[in-house]
Amino acid sequence: MAATTDVQVKKEAAFSFGKEERSLITDPINDNNPVTVQILGVCSALAVTTLVTKAIVMGVAVTLVTAFSNMFTSMLREYIPKQIRMIVQLVIIAFLVTVVELILKAVNYPIWKDLSVFIGLIITNCILMGRLEAYAMGNRPWKSFLDGIGNGLGYSVILIAIATIREIFGKGSFMDIKLIGPTAEYPLNTTDIAALSWYTANNLLILSPAAMFLVALIIWIQRGRNRKLIDIS
Amino acid sequence: MHSTNYIIRFTIVMTVIVAFVLALMVSGLKDVHSENEAVYNKKGILSAVATQLGKDIPAMTNAEVQEVFNKQIEQKVINTRGEELSPEQVKAATGGVSSSAETLDLAKEAKKPEAEKLLPLFIYTDDDGKKYTIVYARGKGLWDEIWGYITLDSDMNTIVGQAFDHKGETPGLGAEIKDNKNWYGQFTGKKFYNTKGEYTSIAVVKGGVKDPAHQVDAISGATITGKGVDDMLRKGIKYYEPYFMKNKKTDVN
Repeated sequence: MAATTDVQVKKEAAFSFGKEERSLITDPINDNNPVTVQILGVCSALAVTTLVTKAIVMGVAVTLVTAFSNMFTSMLREYIPKQIRMIVQLVIIAFLVTVVELILKAVNYPIWKDLSVFIGLIITNCILMGRLEAYAMGNRPWKSFLDGIGNGLGYSVILIAIATIREIFGKGSFMDIKLIGPTAEYPLNTTDIAALSWYTANNLLILSPAAMFLVALIIWIQRGRNRKLIDIS
Repeated sequence: MHSTNYIIRFTIVMTVIVAFVLALMVSGLKDVHSENEAVYNKKGILSAVATQLGKDIPAMTNAEVQEVFNKQIEQKVINTRGEELSPEQVKAATGGVSSSAETLDLAKEAKKPEAEKLLPLFIYTDDDGKKYTIVYARGKGLWDEIWGYITLDSDMNTIVGQAFDHKGETPGLGAEIKDNKNWYGQFTGKKFYNTKGEYTSIAVVKGGVKDPAHQVDAISGATITGKGVDDMLRKGIKYYEPYFMKNKKTDVN
């Protein structure tokens, strides 16, 4: 077992934060991004990115769930029977998602109402199961926790980037603050160019296909800049 | 490999722990959740009198909402014959579930036959003592249910405020009925009755408004949701007609 030898060979401090730990957080944000490189969790990236506020709440929720499900799975990895490991992982994920949902419902009810279905659907977000199987089952709790944070942040960064573009050009606002487009003060036909009131909000960006285009654009740019990521097959 | 015995023990222990923690959380947060839900619904009603109230409804705190609701909103439950029901009668008709307009199960009431339907009605009194009547309608959009609160002036005819909501309309298309102020703002000033006193409702039309008193422009790309709003108003507000006839003041305008 890789896990047991790892423990015997390295006698490292429980909560160290060196180069390796740092890369656990930075890699998923950049070269190993769960959404644009691993192509996981795209469905929710399409659904909750119409407003930046929604995307931030969703990103925080997913980050918390990935971090703690990774940590709990890693803590239990020696005790989880191999035959039912996936069911156990699913119980851990479902438990944490329910906790996050209950807390969100108590803290900010309107946001919960907006996101309700998608918070529940974090359970089926492929990033979670992927990280538990690929990382947490074979690594120690602290590193698994950091890996969860990293992957959650990687997901959040993409979500917020897409939501920013969709909200600004689709609704003319950013975090519900009106930026461009006609307002009560500056109506559509005003001559003052600086007021940006000539801009008509592009409704296409609010529809889900726009998120697909934006994800594709980000993948394109990312692979154009880093040739290692190009899949030769 | 673990033995079957171990697997069963592991499963039982894990399930019990998870179930216990979740049950504890649900019961601990129950009061907060139900208060949030009540305030959310009240904000939905207050959105229809946002202009009269002069406040940013989403930014209001729970306490502010409760205060406005207790002091300035009067609740009534009426039937389709325009008669006001006492809390006991409402309780009997709903099987003990609710006794006021605010707690009425509106999705259930919408499905009842006309004679048994209970209609919620709210009367908002502003600081000068002027009264506005808030009525409610529910219908079907493209994907799921849509509903709205309409505020009427004391002539029981002219719209002075409105708030629509929906369960699952498409963002950017059908969901605009709730989000786009330019769209729902069109309803302000429209009238349900024509000059002869006939019920005309307010139609959602495509390709330009021809009758500015009784028509609003549809949202492009959301034809079915627009038709849903049209249908919902035509049928839903008509149920209040007997009440309007009894209570309208003709001296306005």
